[in-house]
Amino acid sequence: MKETVIRINPPGASSFNLAELWENRELLYFFAWRDIKVKYKQTYLGILWAVLQPLLLMSLFYLVFFRALKVSVGMSYPVYTFAGLTLWGLFSSGITHSSESLLSSSQIIRKIYFPRILIPLASLLTSFIDFLIAFVLLVVLLVVFQQPVNWQAVFYFPAAIILTLIASFGIGTLLAALNVKYRDFRYLLPFAIQLLFFSSQVVYSIHSLEQGWLKIFLYCNPLNGALELFYYPLQNGNVATTGVLVSLSVAILFLLTGLFYFKKTEAYFADLI
Amino acid sequence: MKPVIEIHQLGKKYRIGKAEPYLALRDVLSTMARNIFRKENKDKQDFWALQDINLSIEKGERIGIIGRNGAGKSTLLKILSRVTWPTTGSAIIRGRLASLLEVGTGFHPELTGRENIYLNGSILGLKKAEINKQFDAIVDFSGVETFLDTPLKNYSSGMQLRLAFAVAAHLEPEVLLIDEVLAVGDLEFQKKCIGKMEEISKEHGRTLLFVSHNLKAINDICSRAVLLNMGKIKVDGPANEVIAEYISMANDHHTIENNISVRTEPIHVSEIRPINSIMEHKTTFTLGESIGISIVVSNKSWPQRFNLGIALNTIAKGRILVNTVQMPAVKPGTLKKIVAWLPSEELTPNSYTIDISVSDEYNNLIELSTDTAGFEISAVNTKFESLAYDYGVINKGLIWETVD
Repeated sequence: MKETVIRINPPGASSFNLAELWENRELLYFFAWRDIKVKYKQTYLGILWAVLQPLLLMSLFYLVFFRALKVSVGMSYPVYTFAGLTLWGLFSSGITHSSESLLSSSQIIRKIYFPRILIPLASLLTSFIDFLIAFVLLVVLLVVFQQPVNWQAVFYFPAAIILTLIASFGIGTLLAALNVKYRDFRYLLPFAIQLLFFSSQVVYSIHSLEQGWLKIFLYCNPLNGALELFYYPLQNGNVATTGVLVSLSVAILFLLTGLFYFKKTEAYFADLI
Repeated sequence: MKPVIEIHQLGKKYRIGKAEPYLALRDVLSTMARNIFRKENKDKQDFWALQDINLSIEKGERIGIIGRNGAGKSTLLKILSRVTWPTTGSAIIRGRLASLLEVGTGFHPELTGRENIYLNGSILGLKKAEINKQFDAIVDFSGVETFLDTPLKNYSSGMQLRLAFAVAAHLEPEVLLIDEVLAVGDLEFQKKCIGKMEEISKEHGRTLLFVSHNLKAINDICSRAVLLNMGKIKVDGPANEVIAEYISMANDHHTIENNISVRTEPIHVSEIRPINSIMEHKTTFTLGESIGISIVVSNKSWPQRFNLGIALNTIAKGRILVNTVQMPAVKPGTLKKIVAWLPSEELTPNSYTIDISVSDEYNNLIELSTDTAGFEISAVNTKFESLAYDYGVINKGLIWETVD
């Protein structure tokens, strides 16, 4: 058996130890498993909550925005908003949970070593599992509403999901690390989530806007690029490639900043938290 | 063979100041603004929790780390378990490491006992397959099998502790770091745990680093001990010698630093020292000489009645005597001196230490000082001097009777 050697040095520039992450994959699974278990323990409806929220919101949006305000999205409105809400759920709960994750695990962080990045990663995984449940309902809705789906969905759906995960993880990790040092970000978060929601094309479609600069501005919200990819197989329109690229760039920028800042401050989590 | 743990010039610096444990952005901004006008930030100062630590530990060694509170013991273990990083120096650990800075890390009250075994085991670094393999042994050791599928929140604290230690005891690391985890729990279970630790280290040749205030446990388990004082290594050597040095160090200090204040209360023990019959402070007594423990209690604010507890310990035998007394309220701003006279004529030559506890009238602990004010009863020129066997602690003749 190979001898394990642990070297302890003052914090310096170091990259993520991918081998170590792989070594600890079971812990990632246990953290996510714990979160899911705890989340739905002592709830009567259990896992149904994952689909109930988008379903209720969809009904409300349908009545207000479609029936009353006559918003047009170029396809079946309930399907459009529900699809949007599923992806939004992944994005927002990923950000919310991972940004709170380090603080809520402070007890463990102070007492035991493991790669800290596993904590926000596990939160993201938990959100992803909720998303999968909602996604199953989305498929059911597509059948019920007899929504035609382009075969290219097999590429576009995963691409949209990956883009959402990158953005969510980047923002979440950055906020998680910032939260350890500056608790201000806890108070900023609910407001930021609102801003992100209203700038996401969930109740409306960016295509229906006329101002070009506004479109580019809205694509700075990385979810809009992901939604663009997500809606494409359901519509007969075209993909706003520039928009997707803007979103992707922003998402990657957040991911790099988040990981960099996380790595840089990781050494002091146990002292500060 | 290379040593299992090599520590080279290790140091850890904290910045202490008036700052909150965490920062608010507002504070950072205001400090930055102030620092434009002032070169130095005088609110904060550096504090070296550890400095110039050099240690080399061979495979299979069992090392006890002792020292007063704040001496850097826990910081050292935290660095070795990689919970926190050193500021200077380096350390190399060869072998699979497990650290137990707390029992039951990551236990979740909503999950069942079974689920918590898996969660806690995984957090401590066990693979799922290893937990599966050890599961029955863990459950057996903990003695909670009938409650396995009950949420942990319905467990008594003793049961939670037993379950937690059971998981920890079944880690099979090559290097095990343990920090004062045995301070909690009932005596019976403590014994079981110490027994398990001895078994792990002695029979399986594992390396053990053990921080404790329980000098007896250190003496029993460890072959070597390291005495830390103000962040530096003061003595490093055979456990019994280092413990003796620690006790003599406790004797040199009239005021206590080695106390754990549980709550902020007006009552505070400011001095504990052994005295003779004419109230002179001394630390070495002759056999049969009167020995009193003089305790000075101060009161900072409101008058409060309290209970004072005293325990007499020997290193080899642990606690041998406990006494408590109810005290009337001490007037605020005054000191009160209390002397507890020990049954010195019934004690054999030995090294003794004193624990003092202060609790409120409802017996809630306020302050606990352990292993302070040690003293020695000298064997020189007594019948004990030549005895080669363990003559025990109580110096008292028995009534022998021949019954036909």
